[in-house]
Amino acid sequence: MDGMATVLTLAELTPAAAEVFLAAAACVILLVDTFLPEKRRGWTFLLSIAALAGAAWVTSLIAVPERSVALYGHFVADPMGTVLKLFAYGAAAVALLYSRDYMARRSLLRGEYFVLALFAVLGIQVIVSAGSLLTLYMGIEIMSLSLYAMVAFDRENGIAAEAAMKYFVLGAIASGTLLYGISILYGVTGTIRLDELGAAVQGPDASSIGLLLALAFIVVGVAFKFGAVPFHMWVPDVYHGSPTAVTLFIGSAPKIASFALAMRVLAEGLGGAVDAWQDMLIVLAVLSMAIGNVVAIAQTNIKRMLAYSTISHVGFILLGVLAGNAVGYRAAMFYTLTYVILATGAFGVVLLMSRKGFEAEWLDDYKGLNQKSPWFAFVMLLLMFGMAGVPPTVGFWAKVQVISAVLNVGFTWLAALAVLLSVIGAYYYLRIVKLMYFDEASGREALDAGGGFRFVLSLNGLAVLALGLFPGLLISLCGYVLP
Amino acid sequence: MLVTILFYSFAAVLIGAALGVILSRNPVHSVLFLVLCFFNAAVLWLLIEAEFLALVLVLVYVGAVMVLFLFVVMMLDINIEKLREGFARNAPLGVLIALIVIVELYYVLWVRRLGIEVTGGTAPLPENYSNTAQIGAVLYTEYVYPFQLAAIVLLIAIIAAIALTMRKRPGQKVQDVAHQVSVRAKDRVRIVKMATEREP
Repeated sequence: MDGMATVLTLAELTPAAAEVFLAAAACVILLVDTFLPEKRRGWTFLLSIAALAGAAWVTSLIAVPERSVALYGHFVADPMGTVLKLFAYGAAAVALLYSRDYMARRSLLRGEYFVLALFAVLGIQVIVSAGSLLTLYMGIEIMSLSLYAMVAFDRENGIAAEAAMKYFVLGAIASGTLLYGISILYGVTGTIRLDELGAAVQGPDASSIGLLLALAFIVVGVAFKFGAVPFHMWVPDVYHGSPTAVTLFIGSAPKIASFALAMRVLAEGLGGAVDAWQDMLIVLAVLSMAIGNVVAIAQTNIKRMLAYSTISHVGFILLGVLAGNAVGYRAAMFYTLTYVILATGAFGVVLLMSRKGFEAEWLDDYKGLNQKSPWFAFVMLLLMFGMAGVPPTVGFWAKVQVISAVLNVGFTWLAALAVLLSVIGAYYYLRIVKLMYFDEASGREALDAGGGFRFVLSLNGLAVLALGLFPGLLISLCGYVLP
Repeated sequence: MLVTILFYSFAAVLIGAALGVILSRNPVHSVLFLVLCFFNAAVLWLLIEAEFLALVLVLVYVGAVMVLFLFVVMMLDINIEKLREGFARNAPLGVLIALIVIVELYYVLWVRRLGIEVTGGTAPLPENYSNTAQIGAVLYTEYVYPFQLAAIVLLIAIIAAIALTMRKRPGQKVQDVAHQVSVRAKDRVRIVKMATEREP
């Protein structure tokens, strides 16, 4: 920079219009909510949904067909970013819709809940279109801080406070590790911009020891945010301790951010060092699939079970990323989007089952769901089949894609192991199906969810089936954005 | 040469103070060690002629943040002995992991080159060079996006802190300022008309 600095114009901010819109909308909602009486809280909910819809509209208005960099390299606009952002808005809106009744029944429906959720989505947006390591870090902090507060939202609940504390401390360690890696990376390459980093990390330089040291720290940071074994300790406690609505939120949209984080740092920034991080990711993926699937069998709490299931799915997403080519990235993106749909639906059913003073968090609570509500037992069946990867559902295609991506790069043993572990995983998903259809219900309480909730949850379950019957739509979308 | 000696001596104090933060038994001592850490870090910044950052570190962190921190630590009634119960049991594992990391770092740093000469050392800056002006020039131009995002992080911290600590418990005694202001004399004072009494 020489003497006269250039002044930032409004036109330069245009690529980040969706982020600016959502940040402004969150601030407006925060103010509006202050003046709303307690019984008008529904307005805050509607405004939040409108803010997400508006952000989606702005995002599609400024969508670009090609990758372009803006704001001095700190911002990247590309088709992958557009698609991931649109999915994140959708997942967040559905999560807020599912959680409304649950939070209201526990008198937790305060305006700050929606505002924090919107800021978490803002963090996801920032991570998804980060052009530099600095922006990436800011995005992670924005998202994580909002999530910590959401976990602790039920202040009377000791388990929730403990979960929030664990999440906060371990998240801080992860951020520290990531920052340490970034600082070494800056020392080795002299840049924090991802595109310049990608150009600097090429050829023989890509195996310098300083770079590998930085890479190790960065992979640890990314694995922490993903919740991959051996950095998974926070996942079961946070999923179990949070109010179920918050568990749903944490389990859905932030996974998109984790995928984007891996793509931006590893694939774009450190693509030249693929040989080095491939081995690290193999270890993480194998451990995640093994420990996630095996430990999930022993769980009697459905939130903990789904937490370990998340860990195993993270292993599968990492399988796609570690392939290190476009086919693998596409498969990982397909898997991530599929998982977000499945997790939203599964936690949606948990929310549907819970009533005032009843959490529906034990597996036994699902006994005989078919007698109470045949339709939602069927929806849960679709979701569980999807998670297990049973053919007519989209989960099957997701697993096929990542496993064939790994086969393509010659890791036959890894593919065989993934198939074996997903068979082991099928056990605990099918156990829920067995409980719902073949066991007697203990109580006869009717489900008391609103019509909107039932409608969207039904659509969510049917999407698993529809995308499984016509997978070409999502596959070609992933193929289009990651050519 | 002098700069190198200064760097290593301040860096050594910095590491010693950092160890003091985690090893001292009294949390107040930990906070004071952290203050020492910040001072030494500020000196390291001075050595690479980043005087603005050094001053801000001392003013903001030592002057404001750590003082608040000290208040909080002094107010909390922490039972140190209870916190340290598991220390002896977990110590061997911790030492083992620390040793592994140290050996790995030794291997990385000493046996082979780190390859960080890209950034190089800092050349002495000209006489009228102003760090402050340089930071001001890039903060709202080149780094405007991350800078604004940092502001949002602070906003979220405020919202989260208020959302988690503002509570209305039944029976809680609070002042209602609007109510206090709008109070009228007749709400509080009852004027009783009565016949005057003659002194006995």
